Amino acid sequence: MTTSLTQFDVLALRREFPILQQIHNGRPLAFLDSAASSQKPRQVIDCLEDYYRRYNANVHRGVYRLSEEATFAFERARGKVAKFIGAANHREVIFTRNTTEAINLVANSWGNTNVRAGDRILLSVMEHHSNLVPWQMLAQRTGAELDFLPIDGQGRLVLEQLDTLLTERTRLVALTHQSNVLGTVNPIADIAQRAHDVGALILVDGAQSVPHMPVDVQALGIDFLAFSGHKMCGPTGIGALWGRRAILEQMPPFLGGGSMIKVVELKQSTYADIPARFEAGTPAIGEAIALGEACDYLNDVGMARIHAHEQALTGYALDRLASVSGLQLVGPQTLENRGGVLSFTLDSVHPHDIAAILDGEGIAVRAGHHCCQPLHTLLDAPATTRASFYLYNTAEEIDRLAVGLEKARRMFS
Amino acid sequence: MEDLYRDQILEHAKYPHNAGTLEHPDISHEEHNPLCGDRIRIDLQIEHDQITDIRFHGRGCAISQASASLLTDEIKGMSVEQAKQFSKDDLLELIGIPLGKNPVRIKCALLSLKTLKAGLYGVGSIDDEDL
Repeated sequence: MTTSLTQFDVLALRREFPILQQIHNGRPLAFLDSAASSQKPRQVIDCLEDYYRRYNANVHRGVYRLSEEATFAFERARGKVAKFIGAANHREVIFTRNTTEAINLVANSWGNTNVRAGDRILLSVMEHHSNLVPWQMLAQRTGAELDFLPIDGQGRLVLEQLDTLLTERTRLVALTHQSNVLGTVNPIADIAQRAHDVGALILVDGAQSVPHMPVDVQALGIDFLAFSGHKMCGPTGIGALWGRRAILEQMPPFLGGGSMIKVVELKQSTYADIPARFEAGTPAIGEAIALGEACDYLNDVGMARIHAHEQALTGYALDRLASVSGLQLVGPQTLENRGGVLSFTLDSVHPHDIAAILDGEGIAVRAGHHCCQPLHTLLDAPATTRASFYLYNTAEEIDRLAVGLEKARRMFS
Repeated sequence: MEDLYRDQILEHAKYPHNAGTLEHPDISHEEHNPLCGDRIRIDLQIEHDQITDIRFHGRGCAISQASASLLTDEIKGMSVEQAKQFSKDDLLELIGIPLGKNPVRIKCALLSLKTLKAGLYGVGSIDDEDL
């Protein structure tokens, strides 16, 4: 099964991930929770360690050799990240802690200056809390209104409603590229065009897409993209916001402090150009450099090949899980416009119990609402169990998942 | 793993004691676990400072359901003061499964006690540490 699925030698690739070599409850670790956070290849771990061991120093400050080396590596990483998402210019990439911080940056900096009472922001019902709560907060600050694109029974956006939901009062569309619960991949390019037609901007939550498929911000025609390093083989504590240069240049700072200024006087300051304007304080230097290394790693494997591998795994999992009786998948039932995130219920067995039984089999999955409470309310399931795939997963792990689920069902029936 | 789901727990989870609601409860309190969205409501009937009847309902994993079943059995008939003294350790001993190293699942087990105590003390919520 494994060989027919993969376009690359997945077993050789797995050896590059030290954590996947461990035995978990007597079984090799089957890590099926990459949608929450991915594992890291040796190359990325070594890169991080190399920074702390060999050239740790603050950036953009010192004139000594170490600081220059750190600054060079940090800025080179920015270039790698920019290239990874097809940005026109490396200055359009702002390092943040994660997707959440990137979205909060836009909601505060762009939102506070461009959104007024009565304006509308269009989201969808499948958004992660990180692409929902910042807009609720902005709406509360400004008196703007939130609208929501609904989903159909297959967990796909009801695009027919765009006509009524997109109005001349819509200032922004903020939408996930791929749902972290349903796995649905949204037609971003089409929606971006529709948003621009009414004069709105579009922000895309790329936390679940950038790690898993080739993403080109120019081809998508979007205005902002937010994503996290730790979901794409990079370290935690580092993520990025990409924004179109002309828009970023008009935006005021988000956080104030060191590095983001030109001239500081006691009562006022002038601010740095992008991207420094949005990077107050000492950044996660080693982590940013290691994120650049993660981009190198993913490029070497090939994003198109990674995507194809995950599609093959997802297709296999859709078939395999359909054979588990009592299992109800909550997202699209077919491979069309869906990624490797499978959330489901299993009869009335609570997801926590399922996850605990699977843990006993050496299988790591996530149980809960996956930071999508409104979506779970809509699905009328307080919680689901989620298995998610990445480049290092195999068909054999999906077989083990199915067997573990049968076991859980037997125990609780 | 089978340690966690021993027969007593599965039995109580499948056929919980004191499940349901009271028609005219003297105290009714609901708590939820923000980690997983689980909820439990406990209804209490109190006469002369004694807990004469108790019911719980809600949704949760086997651990939280079994814990509520065992706890309500234990609490029924106690005085309010005795019930207030019933501690986290008392409950974990009652459940009798090794949750010590599993901080996430301990929250599942403690949800019923948290609900009971917040109800008895008439406060919005109680920190796990104070149970």
